[in-house]
Amino acid sequence: MREWSELFVTGREAPAAEDGENGGDERKRGFFGRLRENMTKTRQALGAELQATMFERLDDEAFERLEEALIYADVGARTTASIVERLESEAGSGALETGEDLTRRLRELLAETATVDNDTIDLRHSPAVILVVGVNGTGKTTSIGKIAWHLQRELGLSVLLGAGDTFRAAAGEQLEVWAERAGCDIVRGAEGSDPASVVFDTVEAGVARGVDVVICDTAGRLHTQQHLMQELAKVRKVIERKIPDAPHETLLTIDATTGQNGLRQAMLFRDVTDVNGIVLTKLDGTAKGGIALAIARELRLPVKLIGIGEGIEDLRPFDPDDFASAILEDDPKDSAAMPDRSREA
Amino acid sequence: MFDTLSDRLQEALGDVRSRGKLTEDDVNKAMRQVRLALLEADVNFKVVKEFTAAVRARALGAEVLESLNPGQQVVKIVSDELTQLMGGSGRDLVFARGGPTVILMAGLQGSGKTTACGKLARHLREEKSLDVAVAACDLQRPAAVDQLVKVGSQAGAAVYEQGTSRSPVDVAEWALGQAKADRRDVLIIDTAGRLHVDEALMSELSEVKKRTKPHNVLLVVDAMTGQDAVNVAEAFAGATAFDGAVLSKLDGDARGGAALSVKALTGKPILYASTGEKLDAFERFHPDRMAQRILGMGDVMTLIEKAESKMDERQAAELERKIKKNQFTLDDFLDQLKQVRSMGPLQGLLKMIPGVGQQLGGLQVDDRELDRLQAIITSMTPEERANPKIIDGSRRRRIARGSGTSVQAVSQLVKQFAQMQKMMRQLAKGQMPDLQGLAGGR
Ligand SMILES: Nc1nc2c(ncn2[C@@H]2O[C@H](COP(=O)(O)OP(=O)(O)OP(=O)(O)O)[C@@H](O)[C@H]2O)c(=O)[nH]1
Ligand SMILES: Nc1nc2c(ncn2[C@@H]2O[C@H](COP(=O)(O)OP(=O)(O)O)[C@@H](O)[C@H]2O)c(=O)[nH]1
Ligand SMILES: [Mg+2]
Ligand SMILES: [Mg+2]
Repeated sequence: MREWSELFVTGREAPAAEDGENGGDERKRGFFGRLRENMTKTRQALGAELQATMFERLDDEAFERLEEALIYADVGARTTASIVERLESEAGSGALETGEDLTRRLRELLAETATVDNDTIDLRHSPAVILVVGVNGTGKTTSIGKIAWHLQRELGLSVLLGAGDTFRAAAGEQLEVWAERAGCDIVRGAEGSDPASVVFDTVEAGVARGVDVVICDTAGRLHTQQHLMQELAKVRKVIERKIPDAPHETLLTIDATTGQNGLRQAMLFRDVTDVNGIVLTKLDGTAKGGIALAIARELRLPVKLIGIGEGIEDLRPFDPDDFASAILEDDPKDSAAMPDRSREA
Repeated sequence: MFDTLSDRLQEALGDVRSRGKLTEDDVNKAMRQVRLALLEADVNFKVVKEFTAAVRARALGAEVLESLNPGQQVVKIVSDELTQLMGGSGRDLVFARGGPTVILMAGLQGSGKTTACGKLARHLREEKSLDVAVAACDLQRPAAVDQLVKVGSQAGAAVYEQGTSRSPVDVAEWALGQAKADRRDVLIIDTAGRLHVDEALMSELSEVKKRTKPHNVLLVVDAMTGQDAVNVAEAFAGATAFDGAVLSKLDGDARGGAALSVKALTGKPILYASTGEKLDAFERFHPDRMAQRILGMGDVMTLIEKAESKMDERQAAELERKIKKNQFTLDDFLDQLKQVRSMGPLQGLLKMIPGVGQQLGGLQVDDRELDRLQAIITSMTPEERANPKIIDGSRRRRIARGSGTSVQAVSQLVKQFAQMQKMMRQLAKGQMPDLQGLAGGR
């Protein structure tokens, strides 16, 4: 598992609060409670140990099953073919001998494919500005709430949210609830007002108040809607006018249930908004989010965060090895294993 | 990379024509392409396997018809089979006799339930003059109640809500009582998004169903869903025995193979297509068109219908004559532009043209772009509009100045217009148009 301080580069020491030293018992209990819960969740979302027996022999059937597993995980035909071909040639040259070899090597290859350079988020700016973009309903607003909460809690940073979705009904109210839960401030505009001006106001307020991180929400849009994509380009320009090298991070949310269209989403959002990382949401279901592998392989865009639930704590730094194991896991979420799903009201 | 299936099959079977019959080898080659196309369209792996087996059997030994080339022949078989699988046993909404008709909406988080509630409410009011109410039973997502209040009132529906302090089951039951007391024709119940593996929430949904006895349970499925669609559909079928599905976000460029998976594995029909964020972007689902779309063959039927409904016959005949005779001018183009604008958002229209949805690439298609095109064309002389070939460098500069655009924009329009003429000629001859040029080179 990756640590928060490995994902976010802050240039400071992580706050001591995290190890529970200067909290009381209450804090300690909270920490261990969370740790235990995290571990259940992570096992859930990222798969338990892969059985070494996934492939009993190294034969045609093993390769068929392998292909099937990758297709079912939404890895896509092309990326699947490239992985299968590579393994077949390694098997052909005698580098792989047993089913166990195949399993191990496959997992390595998947993790390798998921690993892309520049997979950290640099927050060494004041303020650092993060813009969150993506297709409708993929989890932008929720992820923003979670990120804000974790940045404050894990890294002791102050956060300001900007309600850049002025289009969808009650989007501002939704982010407002998240700001409250995360315990941070929010800048809002009227429904139907210009998103660029709300974002500008937010960045300006962030500078004036001296916060560490500004995170801006945007309305969901399909990558095929050119005028809406241009609107995003304008939002970026407006931010840049206030802080020349901002936004410092543009995160694209991809829903793990998305199929091959995810690649198009990533491509077109990258072209217009310079996306530098993916938040892969809704990994708590049975979908494996394999399209992220195709995105990593073809577009060199790394997944940085994963969403594993609707609660504020349900966000994790992405870890390629865990992800690779999860893709190969058979059917991880038999319902009996579902934890108590009490969520905040 | 997003070649149409027809193109691929053309390539795979290019040399078969002379033989007059498809051999086993030909069919195997073709089936590999079909399989790939379906997987890229997110059709479930298992469905793909069964489907290609069925098509294979039919294609083996099939005569290569005089009128079709071998590639088209296979496309036709695939398309027939797909249409059959997609359609059939169609069911409409069921309406109650006396008392409100109850419709329960269910689905994963973010699939488009709340929006679909508003759209369906509007649809039933406008098309059937029914008195509709919606009930806010998503008490989970922050501000979901506010969202439905807004969407519902935009749709002209009454909104029944009790905040978030009671349980969704109680609110649903209360809303039903309200709907009866107010003598509404229809009650649409919005629910929280939930994962199909979330036992607690799935049984909550069954409970809502038990208490409100809906006449219709609709599953809202995102058209971009991948292989997981069947897990979702099967689990929701188990918990709610839903009656039909709404396929959302079809305004994008997803091929929508999930539709086929859901239909094939649960047998439940797709009833409606949701095609945008605005409330009027909602229509009846057409299985045959979806089959074409999954194959990447575009939605020619819808396009033709839309065009027909906006254009009187005389105009249509005139246009057809011009296209056939290659007399389609920029003036006609301008008329078309104006008509297109009255037909709805351009993006939605363009993606119905075969292949275009996937290949829009560099082509500018947003509605503001139309204003620009219009400005450019109106800055041309009648001569230039009739014969764009005469537009040289100095004319370009003049037109650019006149329309407040750039020389590049003018050149691009002229170039695109030439390509469009070519495409129209092909369409008029009943061929699949060559869209390579339009794609702006990728
Ligand atoms: N199970 C699960 N649900 C999630 C996750 N992330 C977000 N959601 C849910 O998905 C739905 C959509 O999330 P939002 O955060 O509103 O998505 P959005 O991208 O802001 O949506 P729009 O602004 O409407 O385009 C909500 O019901 C969220 O609770 C996740 O990791 N797991
Ligand atoms: N482009 C597009 N967006 C849609 C469509 N249906 C819903 N949406 C958007 O998808 C997001 C989630 O929709 P919502 O109705 O809130 O989903 P719910 O969580 O299932 O209730 C919102 O941003 C909607 O505006 C559609 O057909 N096309
Ligand atoms: Mg949002
Ligand atoms: Mg909703």
